[in-house]
Amino acid sequence: MSRLGKRFAGSALVTTLAAVPALAEPLGLGRAALPEEIAAWDVAVMPDGRGLPEGGGNVWDGEDLWIDHCAACHGDFAEGAGVWPPIVGGAGTLTATRPLKTVESYWPYLSTVWDYVNRSMPFGAAQTLETDEVYAITAYILYSAGLVDDDYELTNENFTENRLPNEGGFYIDDRAEVEFPIFTQDACMSDCRGEVTIVARATDLDVTPDFPVIRNLYSDPLVIEGADAPVDEAAATPEPEPEVQLAALDPELVAAGETAWRQCRSCHQIGEGARNGTGPQLNSIVGAVAAGVEGFRYSPAFVEAGEEGLVWDAATLDTFLENPAGLIPRNRMSFRGVRSPEERAALIVYLKSHTD
Amino acid sequence: MTDRPEEKSGTSRRAFLRTAGLAAGGAALGAGAARAATPDPLITEVQPWAMFLGEGVDATPYGMPIHFEDHVVRRNVEWLTADPIASINFTPIHALDGTITPQGCAFERHHSGAIELSKEDYRLMITGLVETPLVFTFGDLMRMPRITRTAFCECAANSGMEWGGAQLNAVQFTHGMIHNMEYTGVSLRTLLEEAGVKPEGTWIYVEGADASSNGRSIPMEKALDDCMIAFTANGEALRMEHGYPVRLVVPGWEGNLWVKWLRRIGVHDGPIESREETSKYTDLMPDGRARKWTWALHAKSVITSPSPQMPIGHRPGPMVISGLAWSGLGKIARVDVSLDGGANWQTARLAGEPGDKALTRFYVDHVWDGKPMYLQSRAVDETGYVQPTKDQLREIRGVNSIYHNNGIQTWYVNENGEAENVEIG
Repeated sequence: MSRLGKRFAGSALVTTLAAVPALAEPLGLGRAALPEEIAAWDVAVMPDGRGLPEGGGNVWDGEDLWIDHCAACHGDFAEGAGVWPPIVGGAGTLTATRPLKTVESYWPYLSTVWDYVNRSMPFGAAQTLETDEVYAITAYILYSAGLVDDDYELTNENFTENRLPNEGGFYIDDRAEVEFPIFTQDACMSDCRGEVTIVARATDLDVTPDFPVIRNLYSDPLVIEGADAPVDEAAATPEPEPEVQLAALDPELVAAGETAWRQCRSCHQIGEGARNGTGPQLNSIVGAVAAGVEGFRYSPAFVEAGEEGLVWDAATLDTFLENPAGLIPRNRMSFRGVRSPEERAALIVYLKSHTD
Repeated sequence: MTDRPEEKSGTSRRAFLRTAGLAAGGAALGAGAARAATPDPLITEVQPWAMFLGEGVDATPYGMPIHFEDHVVRRNVEWLTADPIASINFTPIHALDGTITPQGCAFERHHSGAIELSKEDYRLMITGLVETPLVFTFGDLMRMPRITRTAFCECAANSGMEWGGAQLNAVQFTHGMIHNMEYTGVSLRTLLEEAGVKPEGTWIYVEGADASSNGRSIPMEKALDDCMIAFTANGEALRMEHGYPVRLVVPGWEGNLWVKWLRRIGVHDGPIESREETSKYTDLMPDGRARKWTWALHAKSVITSPSPQMPIGHRPGPMVISGLAWSGLGKIARVDVSLDGGANWQTARLAGEPGDKALTRFYVDHVWDGKPMYLQSRAVDETGYVQPTKDQLREIRGVNSIYHNNGIQTWYVNENGEAENVEIG
């Protein structure tokens, strides 16, 4: 069987190219794509470098860009931060108990790094980096992985000279050859095994989120000895929280602010259960001192602003939201700002509506 | 009739009961042997719903499930991912029956959040090795020959947390990265023929319009075989979280390929090797190398009831053991169920005709003797593939391959009817 045939045996594909009938007559629907449109969307890059635009960037510029756009999640040295993925490290761990899969240890192609940074990063501000910035960040990743020196400049010309260590570490799905012969044997129906003992229980690990158990009502319920008595729902209902006074806030503005909030929510959470993510959670942010949200790792620039006494009131929030890098230079919030004064005002009222 | 469920931790084994004034009968219970000590007021007294009026036809222009079913919802495992915007949740398969998954509780996987993209703003572009690169509006797509089919969509990482051993104590979390819907749309073949694939075009690359622009490469043979773009699921427009207005359907293959908010189909002479098909969705093997292009999902099944979220709450007697089976290689041929951890098997009753690459429901009409059970199910598909045990898989793949865990699940059901996720030796 050919390599191709084997591959598709694993996927139970019966159609082959030869079996595809002659192409049907086009319906004549849609319209021809314009070159500008294709250039805007057809940006994927292949391992042999096809699709790379002209340009370049060096490690030093890459480091500055990294600190601004990437370090908050991926660490200053691409080593990862908190629960976010490390980008380098992990060499030699692929056979370890806990493999660390990074660009350095696992990714096969540098084109994938360039393409992913270009199309999908930074998280919450995708497709905002310039071509040369993508080259520079990719160069910084190569440097952090110890694959190039600090004076390296990566360009579309020298791009494919860079090979990642694990390029040879992948092979095409061979389940059809390796597993099917074992897993297509007749299934045993009786006396298939000896005595059963439990060797592991999920409850030993204690990592399952709480869930409700569905209990139907039966005419012959199973009464369990020593089980807890039925819960009196009325007694178990907690006192309702006192309603937050929002009388001073214009509900229309709050609603407009909620709409504007969509551009913030990829990094920030607000409301009940909000927690820190890419950015800090923003409950009670109005009136708070800058860089004060518990448990969030702020940029040095933000910490400094807080130490200097910056308080988030309507005026400072308005200035910051208009141009985050203007009020606090070199902070890590990669966000272009909100141009419309009305939208900023609505956002601030919306933030205010989430004040304890 | 479903009583209101109680909040319960997956680890504490508190067992609440609601007997609703009914007293159980004597010890020797047969069919219809339950006895009531007093007349049931639900029968002897006129109830409010039998006296007063219900809601009119204008009360609910688009209905939600009745509030008694509020617990039948998607759930998230917070520690799995760094951020709920690039994360996954789980279908409440324990509480559903039949085969179709309602969109509103079908699991979601986003890489940069679910986006709002209107039909008016929607564009689909076909680029690359084609005679004519084309742009379609949503309306253009609605004028093409339309097809309808049902298919399951399973994340390759479904059951991925169980490689190292029993970990999550609920079928929603062990097997809930799956849904099954009836899709309507246009075959990918129709679209590709419209643009005219050049002979050297052997792969397509599909990409979404969201901020992750999630992209995957698919060989042309599959693209022309049974892939489609869908604009409705279960008879209505796709929900936002399922890719409104257009998603890709790749029957039998891992869910990551089913690109939502599909905006571009590139025709190429090789795979792009995107992030999602190199650093992710490749299966690390014990020798440190990794399998790639493991697209197909192999035969798998699980008992959804009883399970940790759906204990047996009645005395010994008749009960229904129910579950789901599926195969990315075709139709389910048979499902076997074992009550004793795999020593002896009986063939389950399939509900309806199994569909190609679609969920199949199975039942075993069982008379429980009140003794503990080690419940297992084992799917066999039309190619003769028999769902393996977890240990059979581990022997070949080790425990670090994350994806494609289709091993046999064991629920230990104790004499109190409570079920838990265990591994047996």
